[in-house]
Amino acid sequence: MKRKQLIANYRSNKLLYWMILPVILFVILFNYVPMFGLTMAFQDYSLVKGIFGSKWVGFENFADFFSSMYFVRTFRNTIVLSLLDLLFSFPAPIFLALMLNEVKSLRYKKLVQTVSYMPHFISMIVVAGLIIEFTNSSGVIAQLATAMGGTAKSYISLPQYFRPIFITSEVWQHIGFNSIIYLAALSGISEELYEAAKIDGAGRFRQLLNVTLPGIMPTIIIMFILRCGAIMNLNFEKVLLLYSPSTYETADIITTYVYRIGIIKQKIGYSTAVGLFNSVVSFLLVIGANKLSKTYTETSMF
Amino acid sequence: MKIKESMGRRTFLVVNALLLGILGFVCLAPMLHVLACSISDPATLARVRGFHLWPIAPYSFEGYKAVLSYQSIATGYLNTIFYVVAGVALNLILTTIAAYVLSRTRFMPRNVIMLFIAFTMLFNGGLIPNYLLIVKLGLINSRLAILLPGAFSAFNLVIMRTSFKEIPEALEESARLDGANDLQILWHIILPVSKATLAVITLFVAVALWNSWFTASIYLSDRDKWPLQLFLREILINNSQRSLNTGVKASAMAQQTLVKYCIIVVATVPILFIYPFLQKYFVKGIMIGSIKG
Repeated sequence: MKRKQLIANYRSNKLLYWMILPVILFVILFNYVPMFGLTMAFQDYSLVKGIFGSKWVGFENFADFFSSMYFVRTFRNTIVLSLLDLLFSFPAPIFLALMLNEVKSLRYKKLVQTVSYMPHFISMIVVAGLIIEFTNSSGVIAQLATAMGGTAKSYISLPQYFRPIFITSEVWQHIGFNSIIYLAALSGISEELYEAAKIDGAGRFRQLLNVTLPGIMPTIIIMFILRCGAIMNLNFEKVLLLYSPSTYETADIITTYVYRIGIIKQKIGYSTAVGLFNSVVSFLLVIGANKLSKTYTETSMF
Repeated sequence: MKIKESMGRRTFLVVNALLLGILGFVCLAPMLHVLACSISDPATLARVRGFHLWPIAPYSFEGYKAVLSYQSIATGYLNTIFYVVAGVALNLILTTIAAYVLSRTRFMPRNVIMLFIAFTMLFNGGLIPNYLLIVKLGLINSRLAILLPGAFSAFNLVIMRTSFKEIPEALEESARLDGANDLQILWHIILPVSKATLAVITLFVAVALWNSWFTASIYLSDRDKWPLQLFLREILINNSQRSLNTGVKASAMAQQTLVKYCIIVVATVPILFIYPFLQKYFVKGIMIGSIKG
């Protein structure tokens, strides 16, 4: 029955079917074929023999990873860096949006907004280049330290400074752009609610607590849940540009390790396994976050 | 009481505006520094490191003159323009077609196919399988390796499809009665009323491609095909002078410090000029993208 309907539907909408076909083939080739390629994680993969000829080794690659020193280091660094990022980068744009919302002059507000979006559009290479310039031993940070009586250090090559440098620059890059969604939510709060609060004698601060915050809370919750689902997806390109063997102790995350071991050293089977571990944890986090979202906000992604 | 409160309010407004001003300055300062350095006196600049918000006199445009003479910068610039234009075109074609078909209620398998595509947002093969696909397709060192893998994104499809769904079906019906086929409807009816969405997607794709360097760094060994960002990485991150030495005879150390800043300006200015004009479209794109995405 369903099949007959489908055939009838095809007959009357042939062109639609032919239009979507190339897109489907494209998605299969560039998205689903690599997923199938994940089977390499269970092989002693050899480039010459390919997926169908390489030897199957079960979970050996995973076992190798979990028992190596790299597992603890990269997993810990991924989680710590991501949680720190969440702690600082998440609330910052909310504060910015609340502050912008109080500005009476529309021109000033627009100016601050435009300027604060700018870092988001600067390329990662340029951002990393500037970070390195500012944090090396002759950079502006070192000069400030010397002026205050300290000694100039090359901060970017010391493991204890990697996380602060990474997080600060993340906040700088995205605070403006990420505030857009909260500003949109703020502009959606009805003026009448504020009027009613004023009549009830609520001061500015009470209005913030009782009208503004509840008004943007759904957006905050959704963004928070989405962000939790993305814990394993750190800004991998930035870490790659900023870290060096001297900072691996705090800077090496799972994805940069996959890059070194897979692309540079060409240990394909093993690196696929490490990457798959990251994807699976990430997938579970997204599913979990979505479930939370469904339960608490009646909003879900799927 | 009344006066006291308005005093407090005024203080708050001033402090708030001041803090925002500082934040704006912090966002702007690094680029101002780059701009100031790019026209500073090269000899002094190389000696006096640190942060400069104002160029060091005597102002010099030597750096920009030098940048114009570097072959690798010209190559990178042209390649980047090619990747951006071709990549945006590919993305727009695939995304509009998919969004059109998947937003037609008379297309029966639309939900199944949408699910099939949307799943790629949740799970993907990751770096190594994607890399091997390019290897096996024989695309290593080919420009297609930069263009094809990113030519279609489920995320953009969601944005476009949502916007196409909002267009009243009556518009399409009357065109169909006049004998228009789907491609004609898409071109003459749907696209003209979706300019804002097209602008958002163009901006997102163009910025991403302009700034992209990682895929090029793993797929392209041939310097003739490198995008500008890879040359920038060589100069800024790896501290190699290789691309700076090809254009002119052994330039002095001082000159090279200056040139670094000029190259950053040259590579960044196009994007910084475009985004303020497209700002009003962001909100729309981001709202749809993050809620429905």
